[in-house]
Amino acid sequence: MDQPAGTGATALHPAERVDAATLARAHGLTRGGARPTLPAYTAQLWARRHFVAALSGARLRTAYSDTRLGALWQVITPLVNAAVYFLVFGVLVDTGRGIENFVAYLCTGVFVFSFTQQAVQTGGRALADNVALVRAVRFPRASLPLAATLAQLQQYAVSLAVLAVIVLGTGEPVTRRWLALLPIVLLQAVFSAGLALVVARLAARTTDLVQLLPFLMRTWLYASGVFYSVAAVVERVPAAAGLLHANPMLVYIDLTRQALIASPGPAGPAHLWPLAVAWAVVVGGGGYVFFWHAEETYGSG
Amino acid sequence: MAEQRTAPPTVIVDDLHVVYRVRVAAGERTTPATAVRRLVRRQRPPGVREVHAVRGVSLVAYQGQAIGLIGGNGSGKSTLLRAIAGLLPAERGAVFTRGQPSLLGVNAALKTDLTGERNVVLGCLAMGMTAAEAAAVMPGIIEFSGINERGDFAALPMRTYSAGMAARLRFAIAVARTHDVLLVDEALATGDAGFQQRALRRMAELRRQAGTLFLVSHDNRSIRDSCERCIWLDDGAIRLAGPTAEVLAAYEAETRRG
Repeated sequence: MDQPAGTGATALHPAERVDAATLARAHGLTRGGARPTLPAYTAQLWARRHFVAALSGARLRTAYSDTRLGALWQVITPLVNAAVYFLVFGVLVDTGRGIENFVAYLCTGVFVFSFTQQAVQTGGRALADNVALVRAVRFPRASLPLAATLAQLQQYAVSLAVLAVIVLGTGEPVTRRWLALLPIVLLQAVFSAGLALVVARLAARTTDLVQLLPFLMRTWLYASGVFYSVAAVVERVPAAAGLLHANPMLVYIDLTRQALIASPGPAGPAHLWPLAVAWAVVVGGGGYVFFWHAEETYGSG
Repeated sequence: MAEQRTAPPTVIVDDLHVVYRVRVAAGERTTPATAVRRLVRRQRPPGVREVHAVRGVSLVAYQGQAIGLIGGNGSGKSTLLRAIAGLLPAERGAVFTRGQPSLLGVNAALKTDLTGERNVVLGCLAMGMTAAEAAAVMPGIIEFSGINERGDFAALPMRTYSAGMAARLRFAIAVARTHDVLLVDEALATGDAGFQQRALRRMAELRRQAGTLFLVSHDNRSIRDSCERCIWLDDGAIRLAGPTAEVLAAYEAETRRG
């Protein structure tokens, strides 16, 4: 009952199997599931930019859809977050000594850090959260962590508006330095996206990482001088300077503080701007390539 | 030598083997203590089993063909489709396709928290349409799916849909674009008679636009109605391939025998 090949939809004879690749090439067929080259991948991703935007919009729209206050939570969440940290570190444990405007100092640190924190946590889960979509349609998988980061960037824009009101309320003037916020936020967004891509790839293989991630992020938070002055720690333990100053989050937090606050506290690491650019390029670009390298494995199994 | 065909091939599957690791519900009790013991003894996590689902399948499909895949549960039909779609990596062998095949199956939910309309737009964008194109085809897709026949369901989250409505919407999204290769997994079984008629017409249209269609179904009638070629899979391998009437007859004879 064997059908000859060529009459269609038939088993190939063993002898003809050798020709399968040649036949495929002759008719312009491509190998299924193969990872495209990096430029081709980037082109595909660019072609899906509306998809990425729609995904991140959808995420924001559904995040609070079952609450009465709805999108108002976008404003309330950072406010409550800042209030809790102020209660603990401003009132109960006074870690703000030597910092002139501690409220602005603290809020800036909390908001800047939570942007990257949320981007990494939601981006790291993005493949697992959208596994149904991944198994239904073929698209560059980097769309998912990037959409998660974009959603957090939109949330951060709201947070920054809240932050501006808080900072002005503490008596800071509006200066031309506020304009520096735009490049700072962009650099931090590129850095966060890269980190989200790295975590997404690692979490796709090692699902246990997702359980560990909140603790890793919290440790990082404590090491980033959000509610105390890193400069004061360095003064006491000079040996730790290299380690503490190598922290990219400290770079982005310090830059944002310098943009918003007239007396942003004791000086942290030098060369903030070159460091901010370097971290964004290395982690952003490196994370993208790292994620692309395992593109064909996502969502399978 | 095989007879010459004018239609070029769109799918070539060359000695394909697919092995996947599935997590099944663990038979034994899992506690922190058993987890530690497992790690110490360097055993695999419980419930992870290897399934050799496709064992050496080779086939060629040509432009304009509709091919039915039949076989019992667990015979590897859906796995083969997912491998052709590039969603499951091959353990051995290779799949070559023209363009990016599009798989639609009953299990492929989109985003259930979003409304039907948003899912349509999202699905279209994921397939590579621009925002304007997606907005333009949206009403047609809603209309085709028929989900609005009983109230304005398109404006409700997809989690409120019945299984049949969700499957119809997914099918409608997938066939909104012309595909070089369209893979359909049981999607028609869930629709009502009116929807099945529309789906059959649309599939015939897609084939005229030079696509190739693979259809997995347990409903032999829908295979007979829409496919002229048929592949019978048994335990991950091709048992029989050829004209639908021939293959179905052999298959039905076998299933009658039990």
